[in-house]
Amino acid sequence: MKFSEDQKMLRRTVKEFTDSEIRPLAKKIDEDEEIPKELIKKLGEMGILGTYFPEKYGGGGFGEVGYCIAQEEVTRACGSTAALIGAHQSIGANAIYLGGSEELKMKYLPALTTGEKIAAFALTEASAGSDSFNIKTEAAFDGTNWIMNGEKLWITNGAIADVFSVFARTEKGITGFVVEKDFPGVSIGPNEKKIGIRGSSTTAVYFENVPIPPENMIGVEGRGFLIAMKSLDAGRLGIGACCLGAAKEMLELSVEFANQRKQFNQSISKFQAIQFMISDMASQIYAMESMLYRAAEKYDDGGDITTDAAIVKLYCSEAVSEVADKALQLHGGMGFSREIPIERFYRDARILRIFEGTSEIQKLIISRKTIKNNGKWKV
Amino acid sequence: MKIAVCVSHVPDTAAKINIASDGKSIDQNGVTYVVNPYDEIAIEEALKTKEAFEGETVAISVGPESNKDSIKKALAMGIDSGVLLKHEGFIDSLGVARALADEIKTLDAKLVFFGKQSVDYDNSIVGQLTSELIGYNCVSVVVDFKLDGEKIICEREIEGGREIVETTLPAVITAQKGLNEPRYASLKGIMAAKKKTIEEKDAAAGENVVEVIKMKKPPVKQPGRILGEDATVVPELVKLLKEEAKVI
Repeated sequence: MKFSEDQKMLRRTVKEFTDSEIRPLAKKIDEDEEIPKELIKKLGEMGILGTYFPEKYGGGGFGEVGYCIAQEEVTRACGSTAALIGAHQSIGANAIYLGGSEELKMKYLPALTTGEKIAAFALTEASAGSDSFNIKTEAAFDGTNWIMNGEKLWITNGAIADVFSVFARTEKGITGFVVEKDFPGVSIGPNEKKIGIRGSSTTAVYFENVPIPPENMIGVEGRGFLIAMKSLDAGRLGIGACCLGAAKEMLELSVEFANQRKQFNQSISKFQAIQFMISDMASQIYAMESMLYRAAEKYDDGGDITTDAAIVKLYCSEAVSEVADKALQLHGGMGFSREIPIERFYRDARILRIFEGTSEIQKLIISRKTIKNNGKWKV
Repeated sequence: MKIAVCVSHVPDTAAKINIASDGKSIDQNGVTYVVNPYDEIAIEEALKTKEAFEGETVAISVGPESNKDSIKKALAMGIDSGVLLKHEGFIDSLGVARALADEIKTLDAKLVFFGKQSVDYDNSIVGQLTSELIGYNCVSVVVDFKLDGEKIICEREIEGGREIVETTLPAVITAQKGLNEPRYASLKGIMAAKKKTIEEKDAAAGENVVEVIKMKKPPVKQPGRILGEDATVVPELVKLLKEEAKVI
């Protein structure tokens, strides 16, 4: 993948911002289980909350490749902040962008791309995790408004979002709606206590007779599930970018440590056991980077990336878990200590195999398409 | 009013510098270049001045094609246009100043910002030389800048304190850390920069008056030594400072 001058400048800019504004806060974000509002505001001012979207909607106009570059750089410092950006941009706002009418896009996207408002994506429910079609939240038209009732679970950005892209059952199937936090009858549960990405807010969201104006329907009635799935396709590439950024950071930290740590009178990087760990990490990063940008470029060219995104999500999330495990092992006791960031990367990596479709769901998507094509290689 | 800012394209301060095989230049292998950090302060001051008083800002750089990267960064931060004064190979401070002076005259820029020094050769002289060549007033190492009509009031850093200086336009100002906090190039700025122009012309640098004969790496720092923790080691310390380090 040959990056353009603008894409290179984007990377340098986001890196510079990350190094001075996010990295110094990453430990505190994890410990306090909160991302400072001031940082979210700065992300908005920088344009990092709208990298993907066209300039017409206030976005950066960098497309999926640019979005992935930015997510990679942010994740090098803080997985929680990357999770906020991903849920906001790649699925929350993206559902409106992919499925909404021009009016709906103009109503919400300019405030979302600039970070004036934060978005979340609400599909998952108690009975609808991997079986996401099985949602129970309902919306019925009362002649004036759609009235929504139900509960959503594990909603990233739950406590900080102003706008939710919610998927509910209606007469004609599953339909998407933009629901504002301030609509009557919307309430937010407490933050989940999590093993990783602890700064990212995860909550339940409750809807009790919430009136939604008809113009807030995303696309047409009954077509919501497709919009949700298309949003997740893009989201999965973004997760691949988070995996890649985290893996690159851990490799760098690991090599630095291996050069400086001495045992048996020499740097541990002189030992083959350590060298092989580094080789494995480097090879996995190479594979991750190659597949991610291949798929992101295809997406920007208008291609169907359902299978590609599933492959990227599956491979990258499994690979980053292995990289994290090796990085921690290589650091020995130091890796287990909260003194240095390796343990945080190790914890933050675990969610990547779960949210926006578990590894097992990715395998279903990949095999379904592969078998349908009689095993003929078509990507 | 036209405001110019002169930007230098320098090796990243985090880069490991090695001397090239010719013995008088640096090995470019693996060295990334960035906008000179003091020039970022100069860019910010140019932008702030434009925002307060209106005007047009232009970034000028002297050097090879690759210097365009630093001009583009300036454009992404908000500078309106760029000029690359092309020059290949070594160029001394006077050559850079001559080229810049020539361009500043052509542009008729009345206010010119520089960083107080470039962190590559560290001569801290190009701003002053340029002002002399075009007959502008010059205030260097500035930590506070105020413009009021034609009048300029600056605070500049001096040994152990600050000096307040008053002068008038046209002027050259060289920026010191503390003058401002340079903004980041925003993502929108990067996109907006695509529509801005960078004019390219040959640098009117003239002949170099300085020649680099040889480059040497500074001596490797010896690790420190702890002699002890109480007053009993003082005589030993004094002895070593006299005989070994030869500093007293």
